Amino acid sequence: MSRKGKLLIYGALCVLALPFLFPTWWMVTSSVKPDIDIFTFPPQLIPTSFSLDAYREVFTLQPFARQYFNSAYIAAVVTLGTLAVASLSGYAFARIRFRGQNVLFLVVLVGLLIPSEVTIVPLFQMFHTWGMIDTHWPLVLVPIFGAPSVLATFIMRQFFLALPGELEEAARMDGLGRFAIFWRIALPLARPALAAVAIFTFLHSWNLYLEPIVFLSTPELFTLPQALTQFVDAYGGPMWNVQLSAASLTAIPVLVVFVIAQRQFIEGLAHTGLKG
Amino acid sequence: MTDRTQSPVGASASTGTAPRYWTTRRRDQLAAYLFITPQLIGTIVFVLIPLGLVGWYSLHEWNVLADTFDFVGGENYQALLDDPKLPGVLAATGIFSVGLVILNLGLALLLAVLLNQKLRGTIVFRTIFFSPVVVSLVAWTIVWNFLLQDNGGINGLLDAIGIAGPNWLRGEGTAMAAVVVVQVIKNVGLNMVLFLAALQGVPADLYEAAKMDGASRWRQFRAITVPMISPTILLTSIITVVGALQVFAQIAVLTQGGPGTSTTVLVYYLYQQAFQFHHFGYGATLSVLLFGIVLLLTVVQWQMRRKWVFHES
Repeated sequence: MSRKGKLLIYGALCVLALPFLFPTWWMVTSSVKPDIDIFTFPPQLIPTSFSLDAYREVFTLQPFARQYFNSAYIAAVVTLGTLAVASLSGYAFARIRFRGQNVLFLVVLVGLLIPSEVTIVPLFQMFHTWGMIDTHWPLVLVPIFGAPSVLATFIMRQFFLALPGELEEAARMDGLGRFAIFWRIALPLARPALAAVAIFTFLHSWNLYLEPIVFLSTPELFTLPQALTQFVDAYGGPMWNVQLSAASLTAIPVLVVFVIAQRQFIEGLAHTGLKG
Repeated sequence: MTDRTQSPVGASASTGTAPRYWTTRRRDQLAAYLFITPQLIGTIVFVLIPLGLVGWYSLHEWNVLADTFDFVGGENYQALLDDPKLPGVLAATGIFSVGLVILNLGLALLLAVLLNQKLRGTIVFRTIFFSPVVVSLVAWTIVWNFLLQDNGGINGLLDAIGIAGPNWLRGEGTAMAAVVVVQVIKNVGLNMVLFLAALQGVPADLYEAAKMDGASRWRQFRAITVPMISPTILLTSIITVVGALQVFAQIAVLTQGGPGTSTTVLVYYLYQQAFQFHHFGYGATLSVLLFGIVLLLTVVQWQMRRKWVFHES
């Protein structure tokens, strides 16, 4: 490619990158500006004075550490649970022939078609009947067993379909049962698919917003996305530097993990979309 | 060969000559049912039963305060047809979805083509464009809420080059555009990566042959690239449309459906009716409508695949 062409592409990429980079930069720099500097004009791209007051307020206005823990443990439990449920059923649908297989697979696939927003009203009523409103149960049970994990099952099935049959036959000759074949042969080979499913399940749980605001009302039980919007003053207006500090605390750890492991992240997610 | 019996199990083993009940095949069947049980029960309890209940609730008038649940037949559906807000809500949903799909797929394809060139540093740009995908949605939206204030960062930058920016989130015309753009930048990285993977699967000799024939770059793009990656275009458009119909947090944080109903998309309206105004029956009716739209779009897109998806047989 010509020098001019290269420069043109680099130029286009740099301009296009601005709206992707600027928000994060603006979030972090604004969060360390003293209150009065936030809306100064012209905008301070580099803060002139530095203050961590807003970060202190994040933890005093709300049980933010607790909310952080809630989000982290819910996402961890949901991820592990989804991996277990989806790899088991994905394996069975891919590798075992059994009566009713196609019908049952269709039943499960219906879950792919139905956005969780469609069923939020009856789910609220069901969990109300079971006395689980204002607990974490709905945020854990529905993603692990319900519609969100169906996509995971589908991805695991696509992956297991591609495994060569000889490995399993050899294991069978050695006298291994089905679960042993699944656990010791198929699952270790499925690591790329498991990683992809783990990444998107974790992100999905970490981002949930509608479900927490419908199911939870006690601040100690809130998850991060829900907690972020609660930093408001007496008139309901957002406390900007506190919201931005809290948002930074939420976004930065995931961003750091992403930059370190970005190759696995991107390829993992690309795989989930491509197969099938 | 298929019914090869395994090492003896349980009581049947001691009889020796009798045909064993627990053949490998039967044990495999049992294992399969056990393996799929959690997913199957989950789908029934958390998807199929609620879906049936949505239909059932939509035929009832449900007053939470008075604790009454009365069968009213099609009244909620009549109310749906008479709802003065519904045309605005459907228009907002449509504008958001169409705008999002066009902008998202267009930008994703542009980025993918730019990054598919043999250039140094493309991995850095790929990382930059993908990074908003992993940032928490509400954190991302809060930052943009801050940026799009009347006196916020965007207008500050515009002012620096001599343009007076509007109050983005409070203007009838600009609010929807702002929500769409915020959402596109958040998620375009995912489609970009899918397109990149597809572009890398296009055989290079096709381009070589086209170059020999003297085809321009634009002609190569239209005649080779687009047809070759059309399955990915279909897939990403389905994912993006269905995702657009589910948008909620962005609306709740950025505009609360305003100004007027200009950004009140269907899911936000459904949330308002059911959980803010406690009209559960009507909320269920809106859920049925949402489900109908998703189903219709999926079927239409699936039918259309024959028309515009190129298959290399």
